[in-house]
Amino acid sequence: MATFEKKRGKASPEVSTASLPDIIFMLLFFFMMVTVMRDAELKVDVNTPEATELTKLEKKSLVNYIHIGRPKVAYRDTYGTKPRMQLGDKFATVADIPLFLEKHKATLPENQRQGITSSLKVDGSVTMGIVADVKTALRKANQLKVNYSAGKRVD
Amino acid sequence: MGKTSSRDRMKNEVNAGSMADIAFLLLIFFLVTTTIAEDKGVLVRLPPWSNEPPENLKMNTRNVFSVLVNADDQLLVRGENMRVEDLKDATKLFISNPNKEADKAELPTKAIVSLKNDRGTKYKTFLTVYNELKAAYTELRNEESERRFGKLYEYCSREQRDEIKKIIPVVISEAEPTSYGDES
Repeated sequence: MATFEKKRGKASPEVSTASLPDIIFMLLFFFMMVTVMRDAELKVDVNTPEATELTKLEKKSLVNYIHIGRPKVAYRDTYGTKPRMQLGDKFATVADIPLFLEKHKATLPENQRQGITSSLKVDGSVTMGIVADVKTALRKANQLKVNYSAGKRVD
Repeated sequence: MGKTSSRDRMKNEVNAGSMADIAFLLLIFFLVTTTIAEDKGVLVRLPPWSNEPPENLKMNTRNVFSVLVNADDQLLVRGENMRVEDLKDATKLFISNPNKEADKAELPTKAIVSLKNDRGTKYKTFLTVYNELKAAYTELRNEESERRFGKLYEYCSREQRDEIKKIIPVVISEAEPTSYGDES
């Protein structure tokens, strides 16, 4: 019995925690890479519909976002409940689209400009009127690559 | 040599035990703020804008598959009511026309799918319908590539894809909406 206890007492191996910071740092770097800080606060409610024929937008820098939806509760006193469009971080009208596209274009080198995609994030309950107006404005500005943002539908 | 001994003492290491805690704190911060944002959607190409009205192309009506979605989100396909669930199969049948019927497309290359909606149509309905039409084309392309190359369209090489694109081009035209039922 005695020998038994002695043996146990001697062997008290602790797991080395010296590499723990390294592991944590690795995880940290991973999450730092994949994190995208929301650059613009959404002022409209957007609940995109679901679809199956989806294409993934690859290069983030080539995408500009156009949000269409009803203003959030906090903005309803000023902007009403009619669907509105948000460009960047503020409410806008269709007339502001060309300048918005031009500003985005100016940030990119010439050879990448034909790959610019407009991502339309439109609330499912919005009627097509405003969407059609936006589409017309995009066509007039010669921005023809458009992506109707949608979630994945599982059936 | 008292000096060296004091320098030796200064070589004491900084306690790195709290490093893990700091890293953890940062990690948790990034974990919470991360939204692995996957932006996906239905990619379309809009037709270029021109001020002149389009010339009235004499289109054989058998080659046009007209889909109308009205302000009440109802479908009218070639003058007949249809449910969204049946749209994909009807479109596929129209484009491929396996039985060579006289009222369906002569060839997939000549088929035109035209989608028209009211201003009052819900965006959700519009996108669902568009999705069904696109799905019909995707399935046809998959069947074609399956038959020719024995694999799905998305796994084909560039040349093979181009070949299939030539046989089955995706032609979905979005017409200007009619002004019924817009929100005021």
